[in-house]
Amino acid sequence: MTIEQLQTHVQQCRRDILRMVHAVNSGHPGGSLGCAEFFTALYGRIMDYSTQFTMDGIGEDLFFLSNGHISPVYYSTLARFGFFPVEELNTFRKLNSRLQGHPTTHEELPGVRIATGSLGQGLSVAIGAALAKKLNRDSKLVYVLQGDGELNEGQNWEAFMYASAYKVDNLITTIDYNGRQIDGDTKDVLDTTDLYAKLKAFGWTVLEEKEGNHLNRVIDILEKAQSETGKGKPVAILLHTEMGNGVDFMMGTHAWHGKAPNDEQLAIALKQNPETDLKDY
Amino acid sequence: MIDLNFKEKKDTRSGFGDGLTELGRTNPNVVALCADLTDSLKMGNFKKENPERFFQVGIAEANMMGMAAGLTIGGKIPFAGTFANFATGRVYDQVRQSIAYSGKNVKICASHAGLTLGEDGATHQILEDIGLMKMLPGMTVINTCDYNQTKAATVAIAEHDGPVYLRFGRPAVPVFTPADQSFEIGKGILIQQGSDITLVATGHLVWEAMIAANELESDGISAEVINIHTIKPLDEEIILNSVKKTGAIVSCEEHNKFGGLGESISRLLTEKFPVRQSFVAVNDSFGESGTPAELMKKYGLDASAIVEKAKKLLT
Repeated sequence: MTIEQLQTHVQQCRRDILRMVHAVNSGHPGGSLGCAEFFTALYGRIMDYSTQFTMDGIGEDLFFLSNGHISPVYYSTLARFGFFPVEELNTFRKLNSRLQGHPTTHEELPGVRIATGSLGQGLSVAIGAALAKKLNRDSKLVYVLQGDGELNEGQNWEAFMYASAYKVDNLITTIDYNGRQIDGDTKDVLDTTDLYAKLKAFGWTVLEEKEGNHLNRVIDILEKAQSETGKGKPVAILLHTEMGNGVDFMMGTHAWHGKAPNDEQLAIALKQNPETDLKDY
Repeated sequence: MIDLNFKEKKDTRSGFGDGLTELGRTNPNVVALCADLTDSLKMGNFKKENPERFFQVGIAEANMMGMAAGLTIGGKIPFAGTFANFATGRVYDQVRQSIAYSGKNVKICASHAGLTLGEDGATHQILEDIGLMKMLPGMTVINTCDYNQTKAATVAIAEHDGPVYLRFGRPAVPVFTPADQSFEIGKGILIQQGSDITLVATGHLVWEAMIAANELESDGISAEVINIHTIKPLDEEIILNSVKKTGAIVSCEEHNKFGGLGESISRLLTEKFPVRQSFVAVNDSFGESGTPAELMKKYGLDASAIVEKAKKLLT
């Protein structure tokens, strides 16, 4: 897929996110919009996977979303890249849907391998899956996305410690470094201070990309991360993103973390992200 | 009279350890995780024989439960071992979301459960774990009574597809079930038939219930004794069949009276066949330091407490 095609995916993904949360007047558009480039890069260029979904994913790269509340970007990506029909995005957060508010295996949605939402648990699961790959002599990689606010949870630090101590080097975590969480800026809620130094000190190979909403750069940093695997250390990417990216009034604030736009706001937001050849669901 | 002769005393945790060793030799998908309690959980032999399949996670139980969930993705059957307190209360949300709700085939192996942990005291003596675990949809909850049953259960749960909570203990207790038993999840075991009262016990209390039954028989009371190793799913048939005969039941467990085996039985009886019930269980309190025998006596969990409650129920 060309960069232009991937860029089209990013734009359509933003529209999906906005329309999904608007339709049910709930959900988390801010962080979802900030990660549209990351998800598109991952599923459109980086990962090797089959849309004939199997839970074990033998011989495939695996992805785990730890900050499960950004389910809109996850669901849009899975649908647009062929895991289930895009029309199903219409059922997001509605009764009897496979697209639960937070991702789950419970309704057997293809593409999802663990329930997340209660924060701080995804990296541990990803480590387990990475260890299973090593036992299975499966050379594919395990990817995980974590929120920066989510790093408040102590379990992450147990997992950071484990992964380096036991050289889980088939694992790439990306920290969605948008600097915001529900109550405000992360520096005001619980300051992560120097995350780069912290992860370095925990024994990880740490990469940083300041332009996390620049598709080419996201692809580049993920490819660089791939080249750092298999060297005895787990790999982390600090990906600086902008919450609400692509919608001017949703950027520069934490206000849209967990709030849906009203009709008027949706119209403005969609105007800033016109429908693409991929078409609305 | 129930034959109370036994050849030896052994701890149930050794049954777990030996069962795990057997699984290591017979099932290449079985892996084990431990949070810095390898010797206490008797997991050392599995570790020695299968270093590649053993994961020492350090004192980090939350990470251990998540890792165990992840290891199932790729077909492994993880046995995650630590003390019951740290396997349940400490990591309830991890067990709930990453294991139970996610439907992962993880075996949570919990040693040092209940008062019989002894001298370490209430910080480590969890009496709420059965309740916590049985409330999780899809979770199988097992509490074994002796070395042989624990070993058999350990081997059996590897064949069961789904999350399991396996609860066992620290002290050496009489070995009275057969070494060659086949363990059937959800199937209670009738130890003795009786006509006046039903004693249903789980874990270490099975032995106490057997002693109690003999004492009751000496006093002319015929007790039916049932070994309920699986609290969820509960063997409803064996309990209902018994109370239809006896009309009275004493539930016996090393657990808070709230949330344990007794309450599961109460719910069953209320729905299907109400009879009078008495509870041999901890009366909504924490434990304390002491020897296992002292604690079982003080908190009313020994054979004499069972006899007393049974007689009171029949008067």
